[in-house]
Amino acid sequence: MKILAKYEFDELVNKWIAEDPREVVGATHDGTKFVFDDIDDAEELRLDYDLTMLSPKKYFFPQRERLVQYDTNENDYAMVQDWSEESRIIVGIHPYDLVAIEQLDDIFIDAQGDEPYRRKRENSVLIGVTMQSVSEHSFAASMGTARTETGYDLLVTELEDTYAIEIGSEKGSGLLEEAPTKEASLEEVEAVEEQKAAVESKFEKGIEFSPKQLPSLLKEGYDAVEVWDEYADGCLSCGTCNVVCPTCYCFNVDVVDYMTDEVGETRRRWDGCLLEEFAAVAGGENFREERVARHRHRLMRKGNYLYERFGDIACVGCGRCTKQCVADVADPSEIYNELWRSVNA
Amino acid sequence: MPEKIEATDHGPVHYEPEPATLVRREAFTDGDSVFAFELQERDTLGHLPGQFVQLFIPGVGEAPFSVSSSPTDEGPFELCIREVGKVTNAIHDLEVGDTVGIRGPFGEVCDIETFADNDVLFIAGGIGLAPLRSMINYVLAHRDWFDDVTVLYGCKEPAEMLYPAEVRQWEQSDIIDFRMTVDGVPEGQTWDGNVGVITTLIPGLNLDPENTYTVVCGPPVMFQFVQQELDEKEIPHEQIYLSLERRMHCGVGLCGHCQINDLYVCQDGPVFNYEVIKNRPEALS
Repeated sequence: MKILAKYEFDELVNKWIAEDPREVVGATHDGTKFVFDDIDDAEELRLDYDLTMLSPKKYFFPQRERLVQYDTNENDYAMVQDWSEESRIIVGIHPYDLVAIEQLDDIFIDAQGDEPYRRKRENSVLIGVTMQSVSEHSFAASMGTARTETGYDLLVTELEDTYAIEIGSEKGSGLLEEAPTKEASLEEVEAVEEQKAAVESKFEKGIEFSPKQLPSLLKEGYDAVEVWDEYADGCLSCGTCNVVCPTCYCFNVDVVDYMTDEVGETRRRWDGCLLEEFAAVAGGENFREERVARHRHRLMRKGNYLYERFGDIACVGCGRCTKQCVADVADPSEIYNELWRSVNA
Repeated sequence: MPEKIEATDHGPVHYEPEPATLVRREAFTDGDSVFAFELQERDTLGHLPGQFVQLFIPGVGEAPFSVSSSPTDEGPFELCIREVGKVTNAIHDLEVGDTVGIRGPFGEVCDIETFADNDVLFIAGGIGLAPLRSMINYVLAHRDWFDDVTVLYGCKEPAEMLYPAEVRQWEQSDIIDFRMTVDGVPEGQTWDGNVGVITTLIPGLNLDPENTYTVVCGPPVMFQFVQQELDEKEIPHEQIYLSLERRMHCGVGLCGHCQINDLYVCQDGPVFNYEVIKNRPEALS
């Protein structure tokens, strides 16, 4: 563990902004809400935030991105891959978002070999931050994601006048090379541990059982229609819960022509399984026509389906869906708890 | 300061279609035609019977289609396509010589070799004949591997028949037992065969359930009624396969559209074992 005075850390970040070929982005406040965005100065960082609007997922799997560019001119039918290779230093990622990115890495890179994601992800550096504030909607502690020992290149914990910095990778240690770091003292290491532990008691919400039980609970509760109905009844099928989720990754692929039939591109954009047409096929069949079926699918996918396939519980308890749901029916902790009570009644 | 890091070792790129030329098209009905494509950069598609491709039309979009030709067929691969939406309408506007994009083949299929030394029963409803045809012709190309081969085919009306020339050959062939029915015969059409839904053909079959492998493809509503009849015949569920259709945007297990509960049609299917799929409530509803 390394120690940097706060002003030294700011200087380091400003040096990256000035000199590093990668773009520096971080947790900041845009005047109305916390977001991950470009920063022009370390002063813009807000490492005390509780919850950002979107997770840093957007940097590796953007809302819209070109997949393939095509040109059919003069019978020269070329499908030109042209995905941008963006690279970033991302500062201030909470542990639950680091966990979410690790899961997406497993799926996009290791399991399915998605090149557009891999290129952006592998060109980027993740700088985590130990949580200081906790959103009233978050239940990350109960999901075991309020702290993490993996998934970051550097992890920063604020102490009194200094930052304690844990190194998670060579990429991370490379960033510190020219910084005037000191080795942390035993007391400082202890203080970091205390902070991490203290955060876990700040959560107001939580699931009332071990997250390890979630896959079995969902399997057993699949037919607990009264629970699903209770929440689906108010659902507006707007898909906001999907859009703000750090582990949702469903997408559509559109063809966009450049005002000619010959040249254009395919683009993927975020889609959401709550949207009515999500499972509709040409010919009129809609395989998840009922709102309750779509609502249940989201929660099954988070707690059971993706676990069965890839071994991770895909809800990290960030609370974004709860916070943004207009109808107030999206809170996974509430639904999972109700399901727990219903199945154990 | 570190140099910009470039990701290297590019893996397979699933999203890039390869050019293919439409070399032949033939209309079967008002809305159904078969389209034969040749890849411009490879000799053969290299598919297994039951697999599908994503067909891309520049400026319009992309959609999944099961390959209806068998890998044992010489020449271009075939897709039998019904005009039902934006992409399929654009495909029907294609002229011979036009170029499209192809991705794939994709999908997990049943291993037809495991049917060897057993009877094989195909049940196709409507456009469901398209995916099954790749398997039927594969079986016919290796006819001596199998015992009895039966094909049941049902259409709404005589004018909806796909592959009419081939159907006539199957009818006359003594190496398969081919039976066909139509739901009804509208005025102006002639028909001297069976009339009734496809399930009416099953009770009359003399099946050896322990030694019969069945592959079914048709509209979702057909499956449950066919399954009831197959249960009457006591065909073990692990010997029944279904080819299912869902919306797809990627073909590689990511976009989420084709999910049936925890399964992905693009990767776990489109051909599923009934024993695997029957407890997935989203499969056949």
